[in-house]
Amino acid sequence: MSPSITKSSENNTSEPQSFVIENVSLFGHTDSHLVVEDGDITLVRGSDTELSAEEIPEHAVRIDGSGLIALPGLVDIHTHLREPGREDAETIESGSRSAAAGGFTAIFAMANTTPTADTAGVVEQVWSRGKEVGLVDVHPVGAVTVGLGGEQLSEMGAMAMSKARVRVFSDDGKCVHDPVVMRRALEYVKTFDGVVAQHAQDPRLTEGSQMHEGVVSAELGLTGWPAVAEESIIARDVLLAKHVGSRVHICHVSTAGSVKILRWAKEEGIDVTAEVMPHHLLLTDESVRGYDPRFKVNPPLRTQQDVEAVRAGLADGTIDIVATDHAPHPDEDKDCEWGSAAMGMIGLETALGIVQKTMVDTGLMTWADVAFRMSHLPARIGRVEETQGLALNQGEPANITLVDPKATYTVDPAATSSRSNNSPFGGVELPGRAVATFLRGKPTYLDARFEGIFA
Amino acid sequence: MKHLLSTSDLSREDAIRILDTAEQMAATQEREIRKLPTLRGKTVVNLFFEDSTRTRISFEAAAKRLSADVINFSAKGSSVSKGESLKDTALTLQAMGADAVVIRHWASGAAERLAESGWMHGAVLNAGDGTHQHPTQALLDAYTMRKHLIGAEAGPGAHFKTATGNDLAGLTIGLVGDVLHSRVARSNVALLTTLGAKVVLVSPPTLVPVGIETWPVDVVHGLDVALERYDLDAIMMLRVQRERMSGGGNAFFPSPAEYTRLFGLDGDRMRRLPEHAIIMHPGPMNRGLEITAEAADSPRSVIVEQVSNGVAVRMASLYLLLAGEEGGE
Amino acid sequence: MTGTILGAPDISRALTRIAHEILERNGGADNLVLLGIPTRGLPLAHRLAARIAEVEPSFDADARCGSLDITMYRDDLAKHPTRNLGTTTLPSAGIDNAVVVLVDDVFHTGRTIRAALDAVKDEGRPRGVQLAVLVDRGHRELPIRADFVGKNIPTARTERVSVLLTETDGEDAVILSDGKPSGGVTA
Repeated sequence: MSPSITKSSENNTSEPQSFVIENVSLFGHTDSHLVVEDGDITLVRGSDTELSAEEIPEHAVRIDGSGLIALPGLVDIHTHLREPGREDAETIESGSRSAAAGGFTAIFAMANTTPTADTAGVVEQVWSRGKEVGLVDVHPVGAVTVGLGGEQLSEMGAMAMSKARVRVFSDDGKCVHDPVVMRRALEYVKTFDGVVAQHAQDPRLTEGSQMHEGVVSAELGLTGWPAVAEESIIARDVLLAKHVGSRVHICHVSTAGSVKILRWAKEEGIDVTAEVMPHHLLLTDESVRGYDPRFKVNPPLRTQQDVEAVRAGLADGTIDIVATDHAPHPDEDKDCEWGSAAMGMIGLETALGIVQKTMVDTGLMTWADVAFRMSHLPARIGRVEETQGLALNQGEPANITLVDPKATYTVDPAATSSRSNNSPFGGVELPGRAVATFLRGKPTYLDARFEGIFA
Repeated sequence: MKHLLSTSDLSREDAIRILDTAEQMAATQEREIRKLPTLRGKTVVNLFFEDSTRTRISFEAAAKRLSADVINFSAKGSSVSKGESLKDTALTLQAMGADAVVIRHWASGAAERLAESGWMHGAVLNAGDGTHQHPTQALLDAYTMRKHLIGAEAGPGAHFKTATGNDLAGLTIGLVGDVLHSRVARSNVALLTTLGAKVVLVSPPTLVPVGIETWPVDVVHGLDVALERYDLDAIMMLRVQRERMSGGGNAFFPSPAEYTRLFGLDGDRMRRLPEHAIIMHPGPMNRGLEITAEAADSPRSVIVEQVSNGVAVRMASLYLLLAGEEGGE
Repeated sequence: MTGTILGAPDISRALTRIAHEILERNGGADNLVLLGIPTRGLPLAHRLAARIAEVEPSFDADARCGSLDITMYRDDLAKHPTRNLGTTTLPSAGIDNAVVVLVDDVFHTGRTIRAALDAVKDEGRPRGVQLAVLVDRGHRELPIRADFVGKNIPTARTERVSVLLTETDGEDAVILSDGKPSGGVTA
């Protein structure tokens, strides 16, 4: 299935350019035509009849969308861009490029940079650099505590009121483990409708932890990272959120027990949202046999039972969204023994394919669910729902991701736009991928089949 | 065999072959001239990222008695402590033409990583990786058990010729102590089970790994219970790190004294073992903590003999890894 | 020329003759030690010892017979998959000042015997070393000769000589073939 592209005329004028997407499937059902002019969607209608000459803007690029699925541009609430500080691993530019290639139009850049994003100055720097690159909307996440130290609240208000308009606060990489600090943070972010995104990991229960604690860790002699270290923090934090009447977001839910606690919390009416990583939907701790550090990640790969549980949790909405936890590391931090290796894996470009493989192709989710859980809800959680995660309706900004669900391909980490190659999915076959991404009508990623059409 | 990384990689036949080879090696060590020309021209590197003089000199003696050239590379005072990675160290050894690398590393899986990363193509012999495996220790333990407990004249001082070619079927072996952090325990569980022995782990619940339920062993939580419930043919006292028995919030046990009370092997407990049972310890011992002098120095103790058996088993391992054609078997 | 070269009676006669030759050469059985080279040199050494004991009743066949494994002294270890080690068992009196008779089944390039001489040297210091073989097939590559030979068999290099013995193979025979043998040892 390779849609042919025709250009209606020569057009080398300035962006954003007009284009039409014909015969594309909206969220996997309605077959439609989409018309985009000046960065906005100006027409959406069923494709029972062809677009008339009047409907096609002058000089518009025509894209044959047959076989493709149109989704609202994806939103990743959990990305590590490493800039400032570790530009050897990733920059705002390379990370933005990788995000666009993965079908994203907005990403939230985590605060664990050097210096830490714990002041208005740093978040504004990230925000303005993201804007300058212009491939995705880069929304900085602010640190909850100064230097991620877990002790003193950072000046969240200043970050919220800065140009970066920060709404998501997280010490991700570290847990806000002190219950009093967490309580204060949850209370404080109510000032500006913010949310604390908690990296749920009891530090005492995970000292020196290397992998999921269970049958495999017992055999491999690697220090265990028990599920309870995640679950106990989630339990505490949903209770705290209830107590102070705030909302809390749980990062990278990885265990069956966490899903149970979240299900209970939602039944209680607690304002909690949660995310799951693509790798936790697909991989288990069995991958650690062989000690290949590309499988080292935090929270660790869990058991098959946990994989089933987080899939079910995502399907029934207990887990609200998918986020990538894209965590670039230079080769030298992975090309070593397990114990010395850094934790984390890149994931922006493989996220969609893994969600298709584990959730859509298995019948657990529809493409409309994918749009909801990878675009609409993350935008809402991050309070950017005015500009991102919008339905593909007339009058909305043209943030569009075209997916080819039959573009089966084998992952090659070296071919990614990220500066880093630390993907555990090298050699894995994924069923589909984003083939074009548009941010407010501007193509930010086009795969080879569309080469040159927007020249 | 291309590498010796983990006892769980060894089949029953592999294991018996190593033990049988070790028997022949041990025989040569009783001669006046103990050196053999077998590995002349081969280079064995002892790459130690963790101090262990005992293990290193055992491997060194084994390699030298087979006429291999030995290079000792210890992390202290070398480029390793200046931040050189395992990878660069491996590339260096490759460039120096190491035929085999004996590696001791603090990280579990380091030996496997070295063997399978493509950084070098010599044989890799795991001399202890983190809390994972220490295969030659388990092999020397199995060798010692077979020598004393298998065959018509089994019992302390049994003539070992009858053991040749046999496994350890029918034996019940007790491993006492810190299983959680013990590569010796992990290696022994896999090997002894492969060789048909029954393994009983005697350990406080705090020092048993979560996930142990899939191991083919019995677990009991007190030495007296174990002595009551099982006729142990051999009892192996694992080394206990004192700091794990005290140190407030990080301790796995209330105190060293309590550990000794519940898990230590003293004369009284020793006398409750079957008549023929042997007492083992991988060393170095904490006398007075996991074992008393009375037990350690009794005629049933084979602890000193384990050391010399270690050289024979390591000679056998080096022989089987290095003597044949490269990539052979 | 291929086929069974020696049958059981031939082998028996050859061993009896060699036993007598050993006694004759050494003026009796005093200080005599027979060391068989595994695998098939070992039963041959025991048979020779038994025959010597028939002639010299004071000769304790079991006590004066041993096994000498030469695997770790071979010069071709790196050219083959790793070999299993055989057993070396010496008479309890050792071999110092003894006359050691090495016993092997097939004498070919001489490399096995070269290795055996090295192995003997590491075990002790005999007064002399002699060599007894069941078959000498020629093609020596080293300046080594046998003292006692059961039968000289002219062979081509490509041919194979298989020695079968009751103790290891269920029957006694020496077979010459040009392909891979169905059983027994080749040299």
